[in-house]
Amino acid sequence: MQSQATYNYKVVRQFAIMTVVWGIVGMLVGVIVAAQLVWPELNVLEFLSFGRLRPLHTNAVIFAFGGCALFATSFYVVQRTCHTKLFAPGLAAFVFWGWQLVIVLAALTLPLGITTGKEYAELEWPIDILITVIWVAYAIVFFGTIAVRKVSHIYVANWFYGAFIIAVALLHIFNSAEWPVSLLKSYSAYAGVQDAMVQWWYGHNAVGFFLTAAFLGMMYYFVPKQADRPIFSYRLSVVHFWALIFTYMWAGPHHLHYTALPDWAQSVGMLFSLILLAPSWGGMINGIMTLSGAWHKLRTDPILKFLITSLSFYGMSTFEGPMMSVKSVNALSHYTDWTIGHVHSGALGWVAFIAIGSIYFLLPRLYGKTEMYSTKLINTHFWIATVGIVLYIASMWISGVMQGLMWRATNADGTLTYSFAEGVKASYPFWTIRFVGGTLFLVGMLIMFYNMIKTIAGEKAYNAPVVAPAAAHA
Amino acid sequence: MEDLVNNLRSIITVIGLLCFLGICYWAFSKHARAGFDEAAQLPLTDDDLPASPAEKEGKTNG
Repeated sequence: MQSQATYNYKVVRQFAIMTVVWGIVGMLVGVIVAAQLVWPELNVLEFLSFGRLRPLHTNAVIFAFGGCALFATSFYVVQRTCHTKLFAPGLAAFVFWGWQLVIVLAALTLPLGITTGKEYAELEWPIDILITVIWVAYAIVFFGTIAVRKVSHIYVANWFYGAFIIAVALLHIFNSAEWPVSLLKSYSAYAGVQDAMVQWWYGHNAVGFFLTAAFLGMMYYFVPKQADRPIFSYRLSVVHFWALIFTYMWAGPHHLHYTALPDWAQSVGMLFSLILLAPSWGGMINGIMTLSGAWHKLRTDPILKFLITSLSFYGMSTFEGPMMSVKSVNALSHYTDWTIGHVHSGALGWVAFIAIGSIYFLLPRLYGKTEMYSTKLINTHFWIATVGIVLYIASMWISGVMQGLMWRATNADGTLTYSFAEGVKASYPFWTIRFVGGTLFLVGMLIMFYNMIKTIAGEKAYNAPVVAPAAAHA
Repeated sequence: MEDLVNNLRSIITVIGLLCFLGICYWAFSKHARAGFDEAAQLPLTDDDLPASPAEKEGKTNG
């Protein structure tokens, strides 16, 4: 046994632990900016003011927390389903340390106000180049591992991860095209409405491929694994994959309704956003129905609760999204808290829950154990986080609709009924509830951190032996 | 020139749609079924839990 080849769990372990750490950091910054909206006097220093911290929050939760979860799970899934160890382990180590460097650089530059001003692509050009190099290394490791696989099939989860890697490379290169004027400042290569369109082509596909396709890859591996049942319909997963690939790229213009973007482009964006409902719900049904005949497992297994609840939130937010892309709905919802509520229903409910469930699945296995230190604490985490999300999104729905209605209200003579400040004042109670909801979610992550430390303390790192593929059935 | 570009855009869009319909047809054909059934089992036939301490290579304590 000692001489047998082992899977490369080291990089998975590193990314899994950093997922929890960056999750806490990113969500803490989120709670701070939520508090700053309720108590503006908390904007004490320019470095820690809302405008500087808000991009830090989004970058930390998407790229640090979400990114680490994706690296950890993709490196694990691709090895296990290809029955071979990672291709180019040196490059995999480079991906880990390089990505941590990017996160640290983001945490330094964003509070200093060094930014391109492009949402979710704020990092300046030297960091953009570093990200590109790391991403190429990641692609080599991932696709190299698939190339040397010991089974003929490429499991569907790997298709989703693969699409994520290719699409994010494409998005990053085109949206980050910029002219440097100094080491710390660059300007976009595009101007005017073209710049806006490229930005939201990037922005929406970052949601589509970083936060959806890749996390669906997670879903297609960890849900069947934790439920101990094959995916409900493999055929549906294939159609689900290609339908997402063919439609997501067109949906970006819905971020630019009623702007200088030509009307036809807005309508195309709205139409494709509506079409997206079909593959999204197909995927959700595929995941949830995997439990068909084994629903009782939900009662006792909190990891499964995280995974299945994440699919419910995925279904909810992919219904809400197309609805909000309808121009007449968007006229009410755009620029209000409704958007923030929608994003967090997806980000906390779907992305964070599926990631948390998957990391709970991984951590014991990476240390040669069969389960976490405390299953009860996973259950506690689940309920605190769920209550947190419900408070968060319900308060944002109410304040969002209220803001939209107040902004559009006019008197008989055509003047505005409310000044903007009146809308702000009316929002305070809901921002307070949102702060409480976000804090609960953060508390859940701290419980996870404690559980993780207790699980791995005193344990030696474990690398499982490479398993030969099961005898071919065909 | 602009006509050519616009025609190409339309052609690519139609080819994209036909590709997708082709994939759907293939996915629902009997031919693909056996491969799908086998692929669906991939995560499950792979036992990833350490069964006994003796199997835990590189693990010396705990």
